[in-house]
Amino acid sequence: MNFLQFMMANRQQVLDLTLEHMTLAGVATFLAALVGIPLGILITRVPQLSKPVLGGANIIQTIPSLALFGFLLPAPWIGERGSRLAILALALYALLPLIRNTYAGIRSVDPAVVEAGRAMGLTDRQLLFQVELPLASGVIVAGLRIAAVLSIGLATIAAAIGAGGLGEFIFRGLAMVNNQVILAGAVPAALLALFADFVLGRLERRLGSLRSKS
Amino acid sequence: MNTPPSHERDIESSAIEFDHASFRLNGRTLLQDLVLSVKQGETLVLLGRSGSGKTTTLKLINRLLLPSAGDVRVNGRRTAEWDPIRLRRGIGYVIQDGGLFPHFTVERNIALVPRIENWPQACIEARVRELLATVGLNQELASRYPSQLSGGQRQRVGVARALAADPPILILDEAFGALDPITRSEMQKEFRALQQRMRKAVIFVTHDLREALLLADRIALMEEGRLIVDLPAAEFSRSQHPLVRAYVEAFSSFPNPD
Repeated sequence: MNFLQFMMANRQQVLDLTLEHMTLAGVATFLAALVGIPLGILITRVPQLSKPVLGGANIIQTIPSLALFGFLLPAPWIGERGSRLAILALALYALLPLIRNTYAGIRSVDPAVVEAGRAMGLTDRQLLFQVELPLASGVIVAGLRIAAVLSIGLATIAAAIGAGGLGEFIFRGLAMVNNQVILAGAVPAALLALFADFVLGRLERRLGSLRSKS
Repeated sequence: MNTPPSHERDIESSAIEFDHASFRLNGRTLLQDLVLSVKQGETLVLLGRSGSGKTTTLKLINRLLLPSAGDVRVNGRRTAEWDPIRLRRGIGYVIQDGGLFPHFTVERNIALVPRIENWPQACIEARVRELLATVGLNQELASRYPSQLSGGQRQRVGVARALAADPPILILDEAFGALDPITRSEMQKEFRALQQRMRKAVIFVTHDLREALLLADRIALMEEGRLIVDLPAAEFSRSQHPLVRAYVEAFSSFPNPD
């Protein structure tokens, strides 16, 4: 049986696992954005926090993923279900690019433009929402793109703790020494990552052009 | 308040007043004991080299900075006592190359202050049309973005934006510094005509003596954070102060020193 025949024969399962995979990575990226973007904004306002926050996110990134799953296993509620645990772990990994890009994006807005806004009497909030965030949005979406691609790739390992997703095929294929089965997980996962990269890449370019709109 | 008696008479008529104002940052004195005032309708040009304290002086007016010692008063009130947002919305601010928001159209740039002040939409639109005409720009430019304009057009939009809410005070920091000599000369003449009609209190920062002589009622020369002379524009070139002489000679030794 070749790869395509295997995919066709198991299409329902491929589809289910792909959806599960997208949910894991999608929810994790969303949660990471919910925490990471405000944190990134916060450290542009309170510069003393930038080192500890970025350093902390950096350290999380260096923990091997399987070990992180293991560390989180005893946590109450979280550890009860594989998917909860996987989402939390993936969100923690996705945090760094989001915090870093939000911070860098806002910091890279032309200081003359920010100062002009302040001198015209914009409040801090108006300056943030009308000037800084729109002009940083291209860089922030670039962070979102990295986070999404990272999560889709890492989510394959979530199958190791019973969270499901396309990693199921990969682990099963490894156990069966069957390349078709491994590919049935690896190929859709790679396509998902490419798709997310493409869509967010377009959005990034569109928002990036706000800086010199023409 | 511990206002020296000699100043009390001026407070009523002075839109902007520096009363022995100093500004220090990290142990460095950027501005030392400045005494200076600008009346409504008057144009004061702050002349000086880079780092002479001109921009610091401007930032003390709209409270981007607060004085380390002494007072800065706007309309008779110390800037420290003003709500900074209210203070700034009453002071038009123009910087080099316009400082426009690149993601806003010309119209939205000009309407910035009216919009955050919640003017009715119809008033905003009428005001934008009026201002485009005032600064000599075609109405069709309203929907363009700053990157689609020439340097001179951007600068005109910058002036229009500063005038939008009709502030009584206007401060300009090297406003025409990024323009080519011909456009620059045009802008200077138009600005002078504009000011003759508007009669605002204007502080104009420049390092160009000819620009100063063209625009100013009074010229204040600054050097290393100190005010050197403060003279009516007509008398400035005749001053025997060595720094004034150095300035005048620097500008007369070349036929076209730009």
